[in-house]
Amino acid sequence: MTDLTWIHGALTAARPQAVGALLRYFRDMDRAEEAFQDACLRALKSWPDKGPPRDPTAWLILVGRNAALDGVRKQSRTTELPPDDQISDLGDAESELAERLDGSHYRDDVLRLLFICCHPELPPTQQIPLALRIVSGLTVPQIARAFLVSEAAMEQRITRAKARIAKADVPFEAPGPAERAERLAAVAAMIYLLFNEGYSAGNDPERAPLCDEAIRLARLLLRLFQTEPEIMALTALMLLQQSRLRARFDDQGEVILLDDQDRSHWDAKLIGEGLALVDKALRHNRPGPYQVQAAIAATHSRAATAAETDWTNIDHLYRALEQMQPSPVVTLNRAVAVSKLEGPAAALALIEPLEKPLSGYFHFFGARGLFLLQLGRNQEARTAFDRAISLANTAAEAAHIRRHLDRLMLEAKEKAKEKI
Amino acid sequence: MLYTLLCYNKEDVVWSWTKEEDAAVMGRLSVVHEKLVRDGKLGPSLRLLPTTAATTLRGGDLVIDGPFAETKEQLLGFYVIDVENLEAALDVAKQLSAANPTSVYEIRPIALYVPESRPNAPKEMVKAY
Repeated sequence: MTDLTWIHGALTAARPQAVGALLRYFRDMDRAEEAFQDACLRALKSWPDKGPPRDPTAWLILVGRNAALDGVRKQSRTTELPPDDQISDLGDAESELAERLDGSHYRDDVLRLLFICCHPELPPTQQIPLALRIVSGLTVPQIARAFLVSEAAMEQRITRAKARIAKADVPFEAPGPAERAERLAAVAAMIYLLFNEGYSAGNDPERAPLCDEAIRLARLLLRLFQTEPEIMALTALMLLQQSRLRARFDDQGEVILLDDQDRSHWDAKLIGEGLALVDKALRHNRPGPYQVQAAIAATHSRAATAAETDWTNIDHLYRALEQMQPSPVVTLNRAVAVSKLEGPAAALALIEPLEKPLSGYFHFFGARGLFLLQLGRNQEARTAFDRAISLANTAAEAAHIRRHLDRLMLEAKEKAKEKI
Repeated sequence: MLYTLLCYNKEDVVWSWTKEEDAAVMGRLSVVHEKLVRDGKLGPSLRLLPTTAATTLRGGDLVIDGPFAETKEQLLGFYVIDVENLEAALDVAKQLSAANPTSVYEIRPIALYVPESRPNAPKEMVKAY
């Protein structure tokens, strides 16, 4: 007897490797997916009684491949499918396949599968849904809910993405080292994008699980590429951000800023794993943008209270990030560290030139409003907060800014009263 | 007699459980833990972080990313140490390795550590039997 939870987990865990290998056999995404579904159905029939095979992934690949080949034969010759128990009783065939499918095969299969999902011909709006469907095995209705579109629209989006991939040039040969590194970088970016889809949605129960899925994929990638400091750091970055999930919102679902969060609500297990991975990555002395961002997140995680935050270190790290990846958003983030170290006037001066590139960015006006507020320039702060509200991405963001505005209104009223 | 029970499973499967599935398993385990505590039979217990967070030290100075992956050697013992970071943990492992050069040390962070629960647990070194 095998526990259903275990089987469910095994099928989810095996999916990227198995679909990746089946894709290498069939060179057709729909066929690979169907073959995997078929294998899963057979696993659900056979595993609860017989127990799971020694290598569930190899079992699913072999059964999926055989079932698909039988399907083809059946279509051409209308012969009967062999009985289930024959297919499920693989014995030696399974162990032989397991030996042939060594680590490096799996590695390139999974990487190829993920890489296809972030193929440069696909817009990001199609990349993530495709990855969630193909790699993670989420259903179309689940993905549709996560992206707040109708099921029909999401179905169409995924079908289009698959059609584009079918026409595009997809490399099936094993990649060279340079190509592998390029693919890995593209896949890392896609996983972080997936994480941010979930993270920016805040506490929305349909979208928050996207963060867990991104972390699961990153751990998978890390198991396959154990010596890549940027993959360690990407995993760490997401773990450390995710560790604050319970502290990021109050009971009404409103945003609580880092400074005001109850740090006892941070998830110590995720922090432990994140910090361990940051330590591992930094030992390599091969700095990269994910490592810097993970180091920033780790600096916050290591501070027992907001007041103990090492802002000097954070300022240094953001400066390093500005060098690696110059962007107004990075400078905006550094401004927060500058406001702590040198005060709001210096921070305001730093972000002044960013107004043009960030004219549509909620966080720019939120930060500017805060700096102005700290300087006592309330009228200008109100203008900035008004802009921020009009640019808010979620109700929680808008509500957070509204609280600042309400406080400003109250202060103004009280001042007016004092004058009377 | 003191025993240690080592738990093995497929890591990618266990770390693919949803939060609810993981909590359900932990809930079932905690029923067993509580009984062992009541019976005065449970020493320290712990859950490890995944092997992706592990580092392995070989031959005293070769540091490898990832877990100990060979099958020729057997697990002979383990330490729980309380240090600042990976560097410090590696430093301890290097000292042990210098004293016992053929052993390999996997440095794996701990996710959850439940200390000794036996009320009359000895504070000093004890014979295991």
